[in-house]
Amino acid sequence: MHFAEATNGPTFFSLAPWIVFFPVIGLLINLVFGKRLGERFVGFTASLASGAALVVSALLALSLRAHPEGEIVRLADWITIGSLQLEWAFRVDTLSTTMMLVVSGVGTLIHIYAAGYMFYDVRYKEEGDPGAFKPSYTRFFIYLNLFIAFMMTLVGADNYLMLFVGWEGVGLCSFLLIGFWFNRNPDATIGVENANAAKKAFITNRVGDFGFLIAIFLTFWFFGSLQFDAVAEAVEHAAEHVPSWVIPTIALFMLLGVTGKSAQLPLYVWLPDAMAGPTPVSALIHAATMVTAGVYLVTRSFPIFEASHLAQTTVATVGAITALFAATIAVGQFDIKKVLAYSTVSQLGFMVAAVGMGAFVAGMFHLVTHAFFKALLFLGSGSVILGVERGHHPLDTTGDGHAHHGDDAHEAHHESGHDSHGEHGLPFDPQDMRNMGGLRRQMPLTFWVYLIGSLALAGIFPFAGFWSKDEILADASHEFPLAYILLSIAAFFTAFYMGRQVWLVFFGKSRTHAAAAAKESPPAMTVPLVVLAALSVFGGALNIPEITAAMHDLPWLHAFQHWLEYTMGEAAHVGEFSLSVALTSTVAALSAILLAWLLYGRRPLQEGQEDPLRRLLGPVFAAMNAKWWVDELYETLIIGPYRRLAAFLADRVDWDFWHDWFHDSVLAGGFNSLARTLAEPVDLGFVDRVSTWLAAGTAWLSRGLGRVQSGFVRNYALMVFLGVVAIMSFIIFR
Amino acid sequence: MVPIEHYISLSAVLFMIGTLGVLTRRNAIVIFMSIELMLNAANLLFVAFAQEYAALSGHIFVFFVMTVAAAEVAVGLALIVAIFRSRGTIDIDEMNQLKG
Repeated sequence: MHFAEATNGPTFFSLAPWIVFFPVIGLLINLVFGKRLGERFVGFTASLASGAALVVSALLALSLRAHPEGEIVRLADWITIGSLQLEWAFRVDTLSTTMMLVVSGVGTLIHIYAAGYMFYDVRYKEEGDPGAFKPSYTRFFIYLNLFIAFMMTLVGADNYLMLFVGWEGVGLCSFLLIGFWFNRNPDATIGVENANAAKKAFITNRVGDFGFLIAIFLTFWFFGSLQFDAVAEAVEHAAEHVPSWVIPTIALFMLLGVTGKSAQLPLYVWLPDAMAGPTPVSALIHAATMVTAGVYLVTRSFPIFEASHLAQTTVATVGAITALFAATIAVGQFDIKKVLAYSTVSQLGFMVAAVGMGAFVAGMFHLVTHAFFKALLFLGSGSVILGVERGHHPLDTTGDGHAHHGDDAHEAHHESGHDSHGEHGLPFDPQDMRNMGGLRRQMPLTFWVYLIGSLALAGIFPFAGFWSKDEILADASHEFPLAYILLSIAAFFTAFYMGRQVWLVFFGKSRTHAAAAAKESPPAMTVPLVVLAALSVFGGALNIPEITAAMHDLPWLHAFQHWLEYTMGEAAHVGEFSLSVALTSTVAALSAILLAWLLYGRRPLQEGQEDPLRRLLGPVFAAMNAKWWVDELYETLIIGPYRRLAAFLADRVDWDFWHDWFHDSVLAGGFNSLARTLAEPVDLGFVDRVSTWLAAGTAWLSRGLGRVQSGFVRNYALMVFLGVVAIMSFIIFR
Repeated sequence: MVPIEHYISLSAVLFMIGTLGVLTRRNAIVIFMSIELMLNAANLLFVAFAQEYAALSGHIFVFFVMTVAAAEVAVGLALIVAIFRSRGTIDIDEMNQLKG
């Protein structure tokens, strides 16, 4: 794949906005007609909308082959205030198009998978007739299309604010989808645990988004623009214009945003809880695409990070520590999705460490391959969970197709129904690996693709993960030895927990009836799995390094690096392939798998048996199982004091002070006493008395004058006489 | 020639007699007569001053007063007749219906 020779050809750059429009059209159709047209149509429309976005992305990539410099497609003016001019503009270059392809490609496969998966999920989670249309099904696909639209806005943005719109939008979709079964707990009992997980994700991300916003404000304040090219140029000449602390500060605040969205220390805690969402969501949003937005952001802002050594070191350190820390937690988990969740945190740590070290190509490369194999693993785990769930209580439905016609009915000797319980008197947990075992026989296809995903994640040659992880390690060994050591240990743990998971889930004997009766999933789910498995095997071919000098002339070497060079120039360099690094990591991975086999493969876990690692590591395993008590630590350090502060503000300040004292005593009491003062002394004592006096005086006067009006004419005459005398005397004697 | 002071004195005496008559007597006819006496006291004064100053207007005023007095007596006597018919008396103290 050498692009130099193809310099002319058709361009489809103007189609760029359709990567957002298609998913929006899809969700609008489902919103308006979904209920009338049935589940099959809803799933089809949503997948088609996502697929159309994939086609557009592919056309953009094709155009880039001819015009690798890319284009900025302006859609509309957005904000024009003084010197700040922001547009709705799509930036089509090799970097953004890579992300578009990953998002729409993996997204489309997951849409198709979800069309099969959600058919069962809505029927297991909702009461009522399984043959009836379930509105939740439509709701799910509307959210999913909305997510694709926002994610495309994020990766297609041409300025930081538009990117932020997408950033917040995917956060919203993440919230909606984690809390998709908002009235249930993760174990499907009635409760609000899922809604709490959604809130946790949203609020934790708020902390990160706050940092990102500050970074945007600072960027605008000091560089006068938010457009990527303008910012890059301003950063280049920054030394003359801005104080030296500005760029590291912007980069570190941006890092805070990255730790939120890409689940790095210290804000990673939301991602494991986010597994409360349906499994396709975990695969799409919380493994393949949304959580990599932070890595994309750092890569997109590479001029800023390249300009600050402090920021680069910090980012790389955070990533490396996260990679190791999360990998140790993954070892101690029993929930199949929790293992993958911590694995995702760990792998994101790899990517963040890579882009932090300046190995942007390696980071993006790992982002792409990780999207393939982690989506595969999550979808595979979804297939496993669904298989076990169907083994646990078969769904008797004559529903609308979906390759399922009540052939579970003969499993009647198993307990069925929502209220049935597992062996321990607790609700049966279809995600607990201790409830599985031996699924290799019941679900062969799932087993094989899961195995491929695991090997890719463990970094075994020649799977995709080997190439990308090795590239990160090779870069780290040159640039940042501390990170290299941390990441290598993390890689060892990665191989170990994946081995542990595969042996616990697929090998040995079935440890429950449900596992024994598990069913392979329908084709809508397995076909995407097979496609993703193929990508996980061959994805590494994107960027094959020069292993021996003999390969020097091969045209497809470092294809991905050359692809990104058009956008990132010098920054898109890769470290040299190092055989010692590759051998070390492979040996580490293989020995970890061997260790996993010794513990879980040689003598498979029996029903009710303790995890052998607990015997071996004792309190360390307990700590890993309890996630190093980080949640408890946050509870003690932040959430507890915060709650107490909130309670203090509510009870003491708001209620006692403002309500009881200020409002009731001061305002209402003051007004009452003022009113009483006005009423009693002033109104009754003065105003009222004056009128009473007036009335009494008038009555008294009229009584006196009335006596004069005697009715005797001679009296009147006398009065007239006296009056005349008085007037005359006055006239005469004055 | 009788000096003007004599006329004035006579007129004042007559007027006082008329006034006292109005104020003290209860018979309506007598009161009318007393009013007549007061009017004539005034008339006397008019003609006395007319002669004193040789002005004719005093004489003319006297004629007017006599005309008005005649008309007043006609109306007054008619009222007294009407009151006597309705109440059987012309005692002025019995006519106190309009007291306050």
